[in-house]
Amino acid sequence: MIVADRKPLKELLEMVEDCDKVLILGCKGCVTVCNVGGSKEVGILALTLKIARKKEGRLLEVSEKTLERQCDPEYVDEVKDIVDGYDAVISMACGVGPQFLSERYPEKRILPAVDTTFFGGAVQHGIWEERCAGCGACGIHHFGGLCPIARCAKSLLNGPCGGSADGKCEISKDVDCIWDMIVTKKMKEGRLDELLMLRPPKVWTTARDGGPRKSVREELVQ
Amino acid sequence: MTDLKSGSNLEKVLKAGHFAFTGECGPPKGSNVEHLKKKAAPLKGVVDAVNVTDNQTAVVRMSSWAASTILLQEGVEPNFQMVCRDRNRLAMQSDILGVYAMGIRNMLCLSGDHQRFGNHPEAKNVYDLDSMQLISMVKKMRDEGQFLNGEEIDVPPKLFIGAASNPFADPFEFRVHRLAKKINAGADFIQTQCIYNMDKFREFMKMAVDMGLHEKCYILAGVTPMKSVGMAQYMAKMVPGMDVPESLVKRLRGAGKGKVAEEGIKFSLEQIEEFKEMEGLAGIHLMAIEWEHRVPEIAERAGVLPRPKV
Ligand code: SF4
Ligand code: SF4
Repeated sequence: MIVADRKPLKELLEMVEDCDKVLILGCKGCVTVCNVGGSKEVGILALTLKIARKKEGRLLEVSEKTLERQCDPEYVDEVKDIVDGYDAVISMACGVGPQFLSERYPEKRILPAVDTTFFGGAVQHGIWEERCAGCGACGIHHFGGLCPIARCAKSLLNGPCGGSADGKCEISKDVDCIWDMIVTKKMKEGRLDELLMLRPPKVWTTARDGGPRKSVREELVQ
Repeated sequence: MTDLKSGSNLEKVLKAGHFAFTGECGPPKGSNVEHLKKKAAPLKGVVDAVNVTDNQTAVVRMSSWAASTILLQEGVEPNFQMVCRDRNRLAMQSDILGVYAMGIRNMLCLSGDHQRFGNHPEAKNVYDLDSMQLISMVKKMRDEGQFLNGEEIDVPPKLFIGAASNPFADPFEFRVHRLAKKINAGADFIQTQCIYNMDKFREFMKMAVDMGLHEKCYILAGVTPMKSVGMAQYMAKMVPGMDVPESLVKRLRGAGKGKVAEEGIKFSLEQIEEFKEMEGLAGIHLMAIEWEHRVPEIAERAGVLPRPKV
């Protein structure tokens, strides 16, 4: 899923500084699963903003709504009759949501409430980790099913750098060295030889480096 | 000597079978040419080539290629370092052509420390290629006269290709394979990480020799004299992939006030003596960090002077 973190309250208060009435829009997709932008979090943010503004002596009127998804015009359309009544719409979806909203409602101020971080999953309750960088040409089958593009701090393709120690990455003791995991796995399997061939430079054209991307599935296009 | 790859002094010394002795010089944190010349001066004639570091530990300094050309003017042969952190394949290839055009003949290919350690942790990291792919690209440029994309190069850069090896990083069993991989990719010579754990290094070299790696490539053992107990502790704790045994820290501490640096040098000299005899080694790479002026004395005491004229 797409993982995100909620922005600090201070930053959000600054964004709504000149607003009297806002709509907070949650999303039932990834951000609900990672407990950052579902209806529960929408409720918490609404309350927090109201209390904070009350303290400042300037009331903020806040409405709440959570859409099925914000990355789909069909659902984004659902608020077409109400957005006009607000000074701004705060989206709690990943970075995609506020953009779909901005495109659909060009006259409206759309504010992002979360910092979208990565494609990953929960490794334990309350902890999410990155797994994929969306490079557009998946090659993890060469690396024991583990991704060095997203998970090695240097995106190395030919083995662990000289900073790998005790299974941890040189950047932090809190980060696993993915290359240590890849090598250990291949050794256990007796397939180390697969890591001894030189892997050629990556073609980054399919990644963000090639410019904004688009997927066209002809059979679905009407 | 017609089959030289680059014709660099370092290559000739190694090819002639001499035990090589290389040094290191970090460019200044500024454009202070005089400072650089002053640091490089003691190394002249004392070492076969001098590594010029490339934004080492991700701290911005004068560019490695510019500092290398200044060394060249001073009559000191540079070993131009390039890391993969700061340049994509376009910038890498153009710098490679540039340094060759300026007369540089040795190049060391490295991954580079992550920018998180440095003085611009906010930077975007590049890592378009990794060090292995960089080695292979320089070889392709030199031997096939082609860019990475296969286009022809008008006067290919003839560089003596170096790479680093850290026998002390993990997973240990993979390290010798990684060395072999670098050699297959095109490394002509290898300079190791600073060695302090001699037991582990002996084991590593034995594996390398068993695999015949020393016959395919020149391996230079990395030596950095400890200047103080604090430095030893810092290296042990803060420098990724550094293995400083507690026994060495104890030994330095035991030397007593004012004598730690001398004890550090003694340890290095003992290492060098052993390295001279160790099977598979072709030389020493002395990284006397901010201690360039002590290198002549260390070289003298290590018995590696005068340097061969080849
Ligand atoms: S190789 Fe690319 S697509 Fe596959 S997991 Fe890694 S970043 Fe994602
Ligand atoms: S320590 Fe491991 S994960 Fe970290 S940069 Fe080096 S190889 Fe990559």
